[in-house]
Amino acid sequence: MFTATTLNRRSYRTQNVARAVFFLMTVTLVIPVLIIIGTLVVKGGPAISWEFLFTEPRDGMTAGGIFPALVGTVWLVAVALLASVPVGVAAALYLSEYAPDNLLTRTINLAIINLAGVPSIVHALFGVGAFVLFFNIGASILAASLTLAVMTLPVVIVATRESLQAVPQAFREACWNMGATRWQTIRKVVLPNSISGILTGVILEVSRTSGETAPIMFTGAAAFVAFLPASVFDQTMAMSYHLYYIATQQTGVPEEIPFGVALVLISIVLMMNAISIAFRVYLRGLKKW
Amino acid sequence: MVDGLPASATAGVLAAATTAGGVASPLYGEPPIIEVRDLTISYDGQPALRDISLDIFRHEIFGIIGPANSGKTSFLRTLNRMDGFNPGMDVRGSIRLNGKDINDWRNVYALRSRIGVVFPLPVGLPLTVYDNVAFSPRLRGIRRKADLDEVVERCLTRAALWDEVKDRLDSLGSLLSGGQQQRLTIARALSQEPELLLLDEFSIAVDPVTTMRIEDVLRELRSELTIVLVTNLVQQARRLADRTAFFLMGEMVDIGATEDLFEGRVRDERTTGYIEGRFG
Repeated sequence: MFTATTLNRRSYRTQNVARAVFFLMTVTLVIPVLIIIGTLVVKGGPAISWEFLFTEPRDGMTAGGIFPALVGTVWLVAVALLASVPVGVAAALYLSEYAPDNLLTRTINLAIINLAGVPSIVHALFGVGAFVLFFNIGASILAASLTLAVMTLPVVIVATRESLQAVPQAFREACWNMGATRWQTIRKVVLPNSISGILTGVILEVSRTSGETAPIMFTGAAAFVAFLPASVFDQTMAMSYHLYYIATQQTGVPEEIPFGVALVLISIVLMMNAISIAFRVYLRGLKKW
Repeated sequence: MVDGLPASATAGVLAAATTAGGVASPLYGEPPIIEVRDLTISYDGQPALRDISLDIFRHEIFGIIGPANSGKTSFLRTLNRMDGFNPGMDVRGSIRLNGKDINDWRNVYALRSRIGVVFPLPVGLPLTVYDNVAFSPRLRGIRRKADLDEVVERCLTRAALWDEVKDRLDSLGSLLSGGQQQRLTIARALSQEPELLLLDEFSIAVDPVTTMRIEDVLRELRSELTIVLVTNLVQQARRLADRTAFFLMGEMVDIGATEDLFEGRVRDERTTGYIEGRFG
């Protein structure tokens, strides 16, 4: 006949307590998210309308819409992607597929980790010094996007490298054994099976880039521009900077406008994340091994 | 001076290519396809194989037997310079393929494309069955669909897989069963039209009936190419190999005509011990 000993009962009780504590901690994590989204929907929801999304701000930004900021953010993100994705993917390909394990490679890896750890305001100052002044691009979409690109490069590299390394080594060796070069192996086997992960990383980069404020405030974002940008050498409004400006620098802005801006911004980010998750789930279904 | 030739060969009978019953015999009289001299392989300073010297002749099946950790796989990897992908692996000594040191091949890819390899665990590339087998022909520049079709069918047939996959050449090779993937791997190696085929315990994932069918194919292939067969199954070596080497703990304990080894004409008693299963 089996009976529970005191020790059994105690372990059982401890286990239940542990699970309860961990569960509470996990729930705590969800609370801020719910509060933020809830507040934004309640307070900013009334501001959202077609007019809000597709007209310019009026009366010193106390009325009207956010269209130039929305367009500006699209420009900034698009140009930043054009700069960072080719560089990041190529760097990740080199590091994952070609680089020997030596001092240089380790130094590069260390540099990438450090680049990821640099605060965004430092990136901003770097952007001013390097792109705006040294390369004499001036405060513009180009300078701001390049700054964003430098900042998000580690994200692209790490995401790409992880998806490359998720392709089993045995596939590469099988190709090499047949006399395929590294590049033939990458093109025919490695890239087709990691492109999904790479794209997921790119989408996440979009969501991160669109929310950044510090890197663009000195390099290309303007509080108010009366026209939509026509080229990468124009200054532009941007969602994140617009929110910062009307919330802290401008007086007399009705409360629902900043909340409305924040709601639109966070919707863009959540939408991008949702696309990326959906994409990942879809591709997991296509997994080939 | 060549080690361990069959008595008939050393007597000079097989000096030229002879054909008995349609099956080519090894060309013991001609220069070997592979000459290994003083080969030592170590991993991070730990020797895995010490001072191996041996010759492998055209159109022979050369068996290598021995327990795990004897350096058999290391030896195979060295033959097509796959050691370059393992930074901790250090190879000393010389290996000559067709009289030319393999390290003198500037284009290592050209070297590898002439050597087919099959490892114990099957690797179906995440491509269709067809593309798996057409991979190497395409690398060689074969583009015409009819030519590719012909290579794919011939190689899959030889690997005893054609009947099972001919209706689903477009399904993924990596989704075949383990045994089928292994035969796919063999078909892929054959599609390279290699001069040398390296088989590392190819039958581990394959059922006995299919193994026998593949063994028949290997005997036929001997007329076209040279096979190095690493196997854990001593009886497989006995069935297939013309000559067999016995590796033990990184040492080549014995080498000789397979029939000599299996009939007790050994240099070292440990060989007989292993063959008869007295230790493993």
